Amino acid sequence: MFFILFTQKLHNEWFPNVKGDILAGIVVALALIPEAIAFSVIAGVDPMVGLYASFCIAVVISFVGGRPAMISAATGAMALLMVTLVKDHGIEYLFATTILTGIIQFIFGALKIARFMKFIPRSVMVGFVNALAILIFMAQVPHFVGISNLTYIVVAVTLLIIYLLPRFTKVVPAPLVAIVAMTVLAIFGHLELRTVGDLGKITSSLPSFMIPNIPLNIDTLMIILPTALALSIVGLLESLLTASIVDDMTDTESDKNKESRGQGIANIVAGFFGGMAGCAMIGQSVINVKSGGRGRLSTFIAGVFLMFLIIVLGDWVVKIPMAALVGVMIMVSIGTFDWSSLRTITKVPLSDSIVMVVTVVTVVATHDLSKGVFAGIILSAIFFVAKISKVHVKISSNSSNRETVYDIKGQLFFASVQDFVNSFSFSDQQREKVTLNFSEAHIWDDSAVAAIDKVVLKLKENNKDVLLTGLNDASKKLIKKLATYDQPNAKASSH
Amino acid sequence: MYKKILLAVDGSVHSERSTDHAIQLGKLTTDTEVEIIYILDYAKSKSEVLHSGSAEALEQARRQKLKKIEGKFKTEEFPYKLTMKHGDPGPTIVSYANDNHFDLVIIGSRGLNSFQEMVLGSVSHKVAKRVDCPVLIVK
Repeated sequence: MFFILFTQKLHNEWFPNVKGDILAGIVVALALIPEAIAFSVIAGVDPMVGLYASFCIAVVISFVGGRPAMISAATGAMALLMVTLVKDHGIEYLFATTILTGIIQFIFGALKIARFMKFIPRSVMVGFVNALAILIFMAQVPHFVGISNLTYIVVAVTLLIIYLLPRFTKVVPAPLVAIVAMTVLAIFGHLELRTVGDLGKITSSLPSFMIPNIPLNIDTLMIILPTALALSIVGLLESLLTASIVDDMTDTESDKNKESRGQGIANIVAGFFGGMAGCAMIGQSVINVKSGGRGRLSTFIAGVFLMFLIIVLGDWVVKIPMAALVGVMIMVSIGTFDWSSLRTITKVPLSDSIVMVVTVVTVVATHDLSKGVFAGIILSAIFFVAKISKVHVKISSNSSNRETVYDIKGQLFFASVQDFVNSFSFSDQQREKVTLNFSEAHIWDDSAVAAIDKVVLKLKENNKDVLLTGLNDASKKLIKKLATYDQPNAKASSH
Repeated sequence: MYKKILLAVDGSVHSERSTDHAIQLGKLTTDTEVEIIYILDYAKSKSEVLHSGSAEALEQARRQKLKKIEGKFKTEEFPYKLTMKHGDPGPTIVSYANDNHFDLVIIGSRGLNSFQEMVLGSVSHKVAKRVDCPVLIVK
């Protein structure tokens, strides 16, 4: 019985769409190669590190991920976080960091961290993708600015092919056609161009298991932990965002916690097989779904076919001109940027736009996506508090029957009590009935109760008969627990 | 006359006009089924998910775009069915119309994004060419 259920599930997740998944997987593999190489260049490692990572991560996540048809591999967001570590400590530390990243992500997944995603405001996520796009573009600049006129021309022609070819045919991915065309041109035209081979070696072999050659001590941990933490957060953030996009595109749901654990397992494996940490890729996942990929098989094929191509075509891959790769990366950067956020920047609330811009600026200044996300979250939390701390008090006096009603509207808590207290005047000493109407207010904390205490006691000192009305149950409970105004010997405190 | 009508909309004023025609044609015969189809463009999915807080908020925002069109059916008290599908607008409308054997497809001649029309050609043109049943293009 269990076996039947198991095979049923296996079938549904792997083989309901074999033809579509295989075709889409091949398209994705072709699109992945230039990106995996370019992201290795960004991180400052051999192209093989990104290619092995993409192979391992795609294959492993196809089995253990929570979002079928999502593509995970070496990514720009992650590569950008590794630059300093690789430069200062070398490749072995990167492998160790990748393994630690995986362990942290697995723990996050086991702790069901996905539910905290909803606390990240969308303006922070928009800032995240925009900052990522800007950083990917900036990382290309040293590879094409001020090298030679020929470099500029090759970049321009690559971009022309990428953007014009889809108008005529969509059978083959345009970036691939551009890369092949430029490589052929460079080889047979004997063009003086820097190639992928100038930046590292391509080995036509499968990755093999190895343990990072690093001292296992506390110093090592202190070196790799900060980077691993940043990688874990950024990786999960991009992966869960991508999962939501794939959910929407395919009208299906996914298991975000399983995906978080899966990302962890995939990175652990990548680290032991000479790869760098990676995560889900928005662009590639969109390509996969658009090309007909729906099941786990599509991700698996993408990884396996990528490795097959590298083994077969390794000697050619080294001859790809860097300028053509730069062209593809400029396209990736344009595709990553959320252009609609520029169109709507005047329409959305100003605070949202400020949060978005601050996120972007922080990332561009620090080259660390996780710092930008934290800055954005803190800033939007402050904006949120400022927004809900506005308390409105309406005063309606009736002099004939000597009664004053204060209608209080808003949230009473530590940030809003000052405004609340300042809305009352304690100058006249006339005997009067005063009603505080709380039916449109909520009392949240001890600061709020203390403020009410203060107001009531001061009013009483001024010969007022005070009545509190309209409190909801939760507010009533809090007041009953903490308030002192109705105790016989209570006095308004002097502060 | 036409028993099963597919009304392809994108929330633009043009699709509001085609809605009027769909209702009028639907009223000609009793028991005519009208189904509204709204294609959610793959290309916009990323930005829409990015800008919405949750899947429910996104659904709400999309529904909002069709409020006027649904309103027309409601004021005329004409029953309808609403379908939202992800995909490239042209091919998705074509396969939906052909797979479900509609008698008539009604579509506006010009939608919201003129840039797309310039680059990819018009959706209504594609639909008219490839759908098996008669197509009414509303100008």
